[in-house]
Amino acid sequence: MRTENQKAWFFVLPVLLLVAFNALIPIMTVVNYSVQETFGNNVFFWQGLDWFQQILTSERFHAALGRQFLFTFLILIIEVPLGIIVALSMPRKGVWVPVCLVLMALPMLIPWNVVGSMWNIFALPNIGLLGYFMNDVLGVNYDMTQQPFSAWVTIVVMDVWHWTSLVVLLSYAGLVSIPDAYYQAAKIDGASPWKVFRYIQLPKMKTVLTIAILLRFMDSFNIYTEPFVLTGGGPGNSTTLLSIDLVKIALGQFDLGPAAAMSLIYFAITLLVSWLFYTLMTKDDAQ
Amino acid sequence: MAKITLSNLKHSYLPNPSGPDDYALKEIDLDWQDGGAYALLGPSGCGKSTLLNIISGLLHPSEGRILFDDKDVTDLPPDRRNIAQVFQFPVIYDTMTVRENLAFPLRNRGVAEAKIAERVAEIAGMLEVEEMLDTRAAHLSPDNKQKISMGRGLVRDDVNVVMFDEPLTVIDPHLKWKLRSKLKELHQRVRATMIYVTHDQTEALTFADQVVVMQEGEIVQIGTPVELFERPQHTFVGHFIGSPGMNILPATVQDGRVQFHGQDIAVEGAVTGDGGTTELGVRPEFVTLSDTGIPARVRKVADVGRHAVIEAMVGDTAVKAVVDHAEVEQGAEVHLAFATHQTRLYRDGWLSTEAAR
Repeated sequence: MRTENQKAWFFVLPVLLLVAFNALIPIMTVVNYSVQETFGNNVFFWQGLDWFQQILTSERFHAALGRQFLFTFLILIIEVPLGIIVALSMPRKGVWVPVCLVLMALPMLIPWNVVGSMWNIFALPNIGLLGYFMNDVLGVNYDMTQQPFSAWVTIVVMDVWHWTSLVVLLSYAGLVSIPDAYYQAAKIDGASPWKVFRYIQLPKMKTVLTIAILLRFMDSFNIYTEPFVLTGGGPGNSTTLLSIDLVKIALGQFDLGPAAAMSLIYFAITLLVSWLFYTLMTKDDAQ
Repeated sequence: MAKITLSNLKHSYLPNPSGPDDYALKEIDLDWQDGGAYALLGPSGCGKSTLLNIISGLLHPSEGRILFDDKDVTDLPPDRRNIAQVFQFPVIYDTMTVRENLAFPLRNRGVAEAKIAERVAEIAGMLEVEEMLDTRAAHLSPDNKQKISMGRGLVRDDVNVVMFDEPLTVIDPHLKWKLRSKLKELHQRVRATMIYVTHDQTEALTFADQVVVMQEGEIVQIGTPVELFERPQHTFVGHFIGSPGMNILPATVQDGRVQFHGQDIAVEGAVTGDGGTTELGVRPEFVTLSDTGIPARVRKVADVGRHAVIEAMVGDTAVKAVVDHAEVEQGAEVHLAFATHQTRLYRDGWLSTEAAR
């Protein structure tokens, strides 16, 4: 005899409350700001979708969004292959395994603003080791405080230094889970090293790589601390990524409405691209 | 197809082996005849997988040579030995279809596409996997995956030997039997030399024409399933093969007469050698209950279906006997008789009686 009641809902209630307080309510506050205008004193005027329209048509937003996509594209195209190559060349067993793992984990253990400060000092022309080496030893004209190109190279290299390890560690976890029999069978089947990579290692790493790419996409798309400390968005606006621009509008200019609208658009783009990535990368499994 | 010769083969996983205990394989000399179906039988850790990996070239032996048809292949890598190996867990290439999986070893060797198509079709027919040729291999059931792994081994028509390393470990019991008879059938059709490694006596005895029994890195006996069952060369073989295994009973020898608990026991032939620990070996199938003979008390009666297994105590020694349906009950006083032609003496484990004439 089956009795039906609604008591099960009580089990869902705690998590519902938690999500409400850490996600729903903050987001709804932002939604609230995004459709209103305020001149202080807690007085608000209804604005409709004006702020959204303003943000979506503003050249400043387009420029920041373009820079953001460029940055994310660059670091993904470098970090993912590089991470796989490093993972492939790491030892699978022996005393060097823990040494390699700790060395790989080190950059990720450093607080983000410290990473920014480190690279700032490191890259300063004449004072920093990198700046001195580039200018005075190699004779390359390198100044990330003056030249947009140098600034871009520096933030990309900094991110690669900081986060390639994540791709390495996840790929490595995928690699060590491959049983020896696969390599032995491939040897007997006469497979070349490239085919071993293409048909054994890559497919076995796919799940972890999907996670790695998603994490790196979301983190790099939302990056704020490191480039802010390193270049502060400069020189000019050349390294002003979306989040840096957002903080300038929200806290610098205190334009709460446009900043809120921009946050929501930003959030929607992150969500959309993550979904696209995920769908494309897991498409094969569904068949 | 080739005859495989192992000569003075030794292997140690240690860099500097000192005593015999350091060797996973101790001195193996063995010929595998072309086209034979062999089983390599032994408990886990007896060195059978090591031996297999040495034949396939995945391991280089510490000492000794491997010859394929008198050609020394000891230093050749696996892909140049023309062998195939099926592993314990099915190895398939997840991203490929079944057809691509089967074609893979041929493509890697640059075989013409027309020839590949022909071979793949032929092997798929033999394995009865035609209808799944164009599905992704990742979604197959374990037994089908294992079939595909076998297919990848058989697809090359020039393989010297196909080796199976406990291939039925992950297969459901009711499919094991099916796959095993498939293998036997395949062997009859392709006539390649096959070596089947297992610790399961049923698998070994049903698959192979010749069974090689290994223990602690040594070969203890090579023979047909019947030979292994009827005349084990070593108590280990007697005990390992058969269910229940051979009765191994403490015995003394005086002036060529064998005694067990003070009773004279007739054995198959003249006793050879002297010294060492002597034991009597007789299979439970050849122990009968009779009116005269060795007095014993029945301790356990287990009905296993077609027959019953009785465990009777002679003094403090347990003797097992296979009898027709429970003739006796627990606690009964009985007399045991050993069939003379099937009763043997073992000295330090090794057979020490001459065969009956």
